[in-house]
Amino acid sequence: MRDLSLQLMDLAQNSIQAGAGQVGISLALDETGKLTLMIRDDGCGMSAELLNQVHSPFVTGRTTRKVGMGIPLAQNNAASTGGGLEIRSAPGQGTELTLTYFTRHIDCPPLGDLAQTVAALILANPQCPEFRVSLTSQRGERALDTRELKQALGEVPLNTAEVIAWLMEAAQDMTRDIFGGELQ
Amino acid sequence: MKTMAELEAIRKQTLERINLRKEDKADEVRIVVGMATCGIAAGARPVMMAFMTEASRRHLSNVTVSQTGCIGMCRYEPMADVFVPGQKKITYVNLDEAKARRIVTDHIVNGHPVAELMIGADEDKTVSKEEDKQ
Repeated sequence: MRDLSLQLMDLAQNSIQAGAGQVGISLALDETGKLTLMIRDDGCGMSAELLNQVHSPFVTGRTTRKVGMGIPLAQNNAASTGGGLEIRSAPGQGTELTLTYFTRHIDCPPLGDLAQTVAALILANPQCPEFRVSLTSQRGERALDTRELKQALGEVPLNTAEVIAWLMEAAQDMTRDIFGGELQ
Repeated sequence: MKTMAELEAIRKQTLERINLRKEDKADEVRIVVGMATCGIAAGARPVMMAFMTEASRRHLSNVTVSQTGCIGMCRYEPMADVFVPGQKKITYVNLDEAKARRIVTDHIVNGHPVAELMIGADEDKTVSKEEDKQ
């Protein structure tokens, strides 16, 4: 994966595939440049056995092919900056995935277009799951919650032209306000 | 800064149009973009956003863009399936943003599926070249 936003896009698909009703995504940057990316879902979760094997590229929940590169790529990416990947999960309990990156490490991938990832995730899954995306840095916290959006919109679907434009701008604003100038 | 009040305003503006749409689902066009690891790594995210923005720019309210996982042909990613009611499903391969916009204008707006972007287009070309030699 070329950048962190694509990495997030990819890992969030696992939550969607797991049948999650709610997906919480948080990115928190501290003053040392450590970025913690957490994805928490209430999907089907994983057994201890699968959890032990999930770092292998030759394990996948999919039936169309026998390799699954999502988790191994993410782990490799994070580890190359001195960070890592941690997964907590149990059947029926959902999954919590935490990635840490040391963004001042020379091998840290750029942030990429985080706003596009946020907009794409929400717009491609307008009914379900609900997403809460929260960004934190020393400048404060900003969040976007699809439940709040849907409440404001009533019967107007998220993938209406005007809402798409609003959402893309809102995601860009949020990213710029919290990470602008710190993470590219 | 974008506010919730703006969303409320959008709701009021678009409600009438939405209610008109609800009565007519028969012309629903679906675009489904592959968004597994293979698709995303190959550039599926901007392709999906290009489909969405082009459809919304043209006010094609009968078009929905959604995502699916890997269908096992990773070398052709980014890929998208286009479902037009009453027509066969068409699979487009090796997409980028410009190609996505072209599919919206040529296929969905003007009703001409883009043959050279479909799956199998390369194979067809090699076959016809071989035929030419003979």
